[in-house]
Amino acid sequence: MNTPAIDLRGLRKSYGTKLVLDGIDLTVGAGTVTALLGPNGAGKTTTVHILSTLVHPDRGSASVAGFDVVRDPAGVRASIGLTGQFSAVDGLLTGEENLLVMARLRHLGAKQSKARVAELLERFDLVDAARKPLATYSGGMKRRLDLAMTLVTSPSVIFLDEPTTGLDPRSRHTMWDIVRGLVAEGTTVLLTTQYLDEADQLADRIAVLDGGRIVAEGAPAELKRLVPGGHLTLRLADAAAFDAASALLAEATADAATLTLTVPSDGGVRDVRAVLDRLDRASVEVDDLGIHSPDLDDVFFALTGRKEVSGSAPARDTKENAS
Amino acid sequence: MTTTTDGHAAPVAARPASHVLADSVAMLRRNLLHMIRYPGLSMFTILGPVVVLLLFVFVFGGTLGAGLPGVDPAAGREAYLAYVMPGILAITLAGSASGAAITVSMDMTEGITARFRTMAISRAAVLTGHVLGNALQGLIAVALVLGVGVLIGFRPTAGPIAWMAAVGTFALISFAVNWLGVAMGMQAKSVETASNLPLLITMLPMLGSGFVPTGSMPAALRWFAQYQPFTPMIETIRGLLLGTPLGSTLWLALGWAVVIALIGYVWSRVNYERKSVR
Repeated sequence: MNTPAIDLRGLRKSYGTKLVLDGIDLTVGAGTVTALLGPNGAGKTTTVHILSTLVHPDRGSASVAGFDVVRDPAGVRASIGLTGQFSAVDGLLTGEENLLVMARLRHLGAKQSKARVAELLERFDLVDAARKPLATYSGGMKRRLDLAMTLVTSPSVIFLDEPTTGLDPRSRHTMWDIVRGLVAEGTTVLLTTQYLDEADQLADRIAVLDGGRIVAEGAPAELKRLVPGGHLTLRLADAAAFDAASALLAEATADAATLTLTVPSDGGVRDVRAVLDRLDRASVEVDDLGIHSPDLDDVFFALTGRKEVSGSAPARDTKENAS
Repeated sequence: MTTTTDGHAAPVAARPASHVLADSVAMLRRNLLHMIRYPGLSMFTILGPVVVLLLFVFVFGGTLGAGLPGVDPAAGREAYLAYVMPGILAITLAGSASGAAITVSMDMTEGITARFRTMAISRAAVLTGHVLGNALQGLIAVALVLGVGVLIGFRPTAGPIAWMAAVGTFALISFAVNWLGVAMGMQAKSVETASNLPLLITMLPMLGSGFVPTGSMPAALRWFAQYQPFTPMIETIRGLLLGTPLGSTLWLALGWAVVIALIGYVWSRVNYERKSVR
């Protein structure tokens, strides 16, 4: 961690009158994964665009692999790879041809190009589709090809802009494995995501971005410690049991429509048993019990001011199943 | 997960000049692959001029030819075929700019251009690949349209040297208008606009000496027709293929081609820097 792989100081950018980045400071150590976590419009993609020399910052400085993005963009470009939110593949060519074009642009030489392309097709599970036009590729395959094109040479810093947005759960997990593989090889990764579990799964450090500012930064465990968001959800069998339970657990938030109580708790066994014992003594039947320990959802909602903590967990679960 | 970690990108910040050429060739190969895979667009740039040629020769040609100075009215159609061919070839070349605009615009609306911009490749190479690919396509189109012309009776009188000069002129015009086409493709916000903007270039030869002698036009139009870039280009083609006197038209044509290429080059470079991010 001597020279940081990415270093941002007071980065500002606006488009017209719209302030997109409002003074971002961020340091990413070499060989680590940092997640930029934030809702749509938080400034994640703009940050990545500045770091990958696509956009000039208005103020502040940014360096990647020791090269300043404004003064030495060529140096930055030679060190980075970007896989963006919108697939940057050539839809008129086959997967193999796409990779070969990249290999030529990286000046690998004919023999080495072929070997490298074959290797990448193998690694990204695209061998069967290699000679097929991209029109026949699924979203997950296109995303894998996109990343493979970025990896034709091994860049030391890789930007992944929402790498799993729009992918099905299986492709998401494949993508995660690929990212972990990159990190194991010593690549520095900066990824942006709006999925909290993705950041939790992959990142060493998380920077929460909201409205163009970093509102929190730290290891996932550190961030979770910031917010006491744990609770139990109890669903009662009927209205009578619901009323009895609500009376017993005064600290709970009651939702009569679903017969559900939300009880603040650290999620520990002792705490859960205490609550259940109280209900048991009053002979109240509990239909269903959910334990929710504080996770990044709570952190995120607490930090970005969107107060939907109790509803966040099921909402996220459904999204994961649906997507 | 088997990977040869062939050393993390070595510090190759400064790109040698030879890479500009290699990168341009890589981009050219990509564009040629597109043409082979999707010949529809190429067909269009050839069919258009052929239709105009047949229309003008067989529908209008008899009457138009009879009106040409010093032509026997009975042989009007053959005379008009010889007269209009250079103009048709100019339209063919100008039309290839549409292809350039469309392919560039398609690239811009896909994320691939953003990828190229984040790679350590020469900025000019990406654009040069498009220009060279479409210029080559323009030349192939000219050869095919010329072939159709010969089939229906066009008989060029050029010797080998004049032919070589003609091919060189075609190449230069094609190169120039395709730089302009690339710039227009960059400028356009959608592929639809990109296919329309270059129609301005395609129509231009009609407002010159390609279809009727400029002397027959009203004064203002005649002035425009005499001084617009395609007139010396058409007259140069005519001179080289049919042996009409060249005079200064060759130099005028070459000068215009250089100017058009430069405008297109500067315009597209500016747009490339500004516009490749969505």
